[in-house]
Amino acid sequence: MGENTERHGIPGTIIFDGAEAKRGYGLNKMCFSFNEEANRNAFLADEDGYCRRYGLTDAQRDAIRGRDVLALLEHGGHPYYLAKFAGIFHLDVQDLGAMQTGLSKEEFKARLVEAGR
Amino acid sequence: MARIVGSIMSTHVPAIANALERHDEADPYWKPFFDGYEAVHSWLDEVQPDVAVIFHNDHGMNFFLDKMPTFAVGCAPEYRHGDEGWGIPTVDPYPGHPDLSWHLVEVLVGDEFDITTCQEMLVDHAVTNPMKLLWPGGGVPIVPVTVNTVMFPYPSAKRCFALGEAIGRAISSYDVEPDLRVVIVGSGGLSHQLEGKRAGFINKSFDLRFVESLTDDPRWVTQFSGEDLVKETGSQGVELLMWLAARAALGGSVRRVTWNYHIPISNTAAGTLVLEPAA
Ligand SMILES: [Fe+2]
Repeated sequence: MGENTERHGIPGTIIFDGAEAKRGYGLNKMCFSFNEEANRNAFLADEDGYCRRYGLTDAQRDAIRGRDVLALLEHGGHPYYLAKFAGIFHLDVQDLGAMQTGLSKEEFKARLVEAGR
Repeated sequence: MARIVGSIMSTHVPAIANALERHDEADPYWKPFFDGYEAVHSWLDEVQPDVAVIFHNDHGMNFFLDKMPTFAVGCAPEYRHGDEGWGIPTVDPYPGHPDLSWHLVEVLVGDEFDITTCQEMLVDHAVTNPMKLLWPGGGVPIVPVTVNTVMFPYPSAKRCFALGEAIGRAISSYDVEPDLRVVIVGSGGLSHQLEGKRAGFINKSFDLRFVESLTDDPRWVTQFSGEDLVKETGSQGVELLMWLAARAALGGSVRRVTWNYHIPISNTAAGTLVLEPAA
């Protein structure tokens, strides 16, 4: 259990509070910049340089390099801003759901259907 | 005095924009969802609103973590749909209704709500998708009211209820256009969670209990804390706060006009509800 879960007590969920907002500020600011196409292209052209401009920590840089959503969340990433990072690679929310739960996309979608029964 | 004709609560899942672009309304995956809007369209034809006040939450479009208001009221002449970064088609700007916006601001601050006013405001799918769903062929001018569900602490359910009530009163005291017909929109929900190991979380029984409560016992959900709501509805299920504010704006007794619920649309339990003031 991470410290966020200790603070808020919701397993599998990081409540994005002040501590996370502080921890993730640079990372989220970078992802927020991806609302502009020129910035998405600049990231793709020079990922290292782009990350450096936003002062990512080593752990955040590694998580961006690894396209590791759970690690990005753990290091202060906010799902709404991270979605803009994922969008660069055309990942939809079911791709992301599957990645985070360790299921295949089909298994993840089946689980959603099951929730409606 | 202006009159509130009713409240429409609607899911705003981004994928709706792609489905509409592909004309997937009759596709077996989408049909149970889109069918729910037929009754909404008939009702809108009947009540003919002139303007929509939309409770919504921002998803990293108009606000960033540098400045995050708890409540914000759009006072802009128009609202532009920004590039959201992940490829849903952008739509033409929606006209605003600045006179009504400023009246809401006057009354809300007078009522001791410490709101942020926005003379420029970008909107995202939380405004554009309900607009497309409700008015496929056009639309009405809008007044967006933004509620923070990005960064904890969120405003409490109790406070969102009070905000909705205050906006209801403010609309009823707007006398610049005495015949103005206002529809309230609550955008978001129902239960869903996009991120973390609990991604895909949906809670049908809580959703149904909540929607039931909106008719006769609308303060029911105000017993839950922000953390409780995340636990019960998922990280993004807290968007039910928009539904609650939209319900509160109607005041006392209401009548349910239509209700549709379908799991899943994308990662979400999708809901569509219309309530109108009881005669
Ligand atoms: Fe949302």
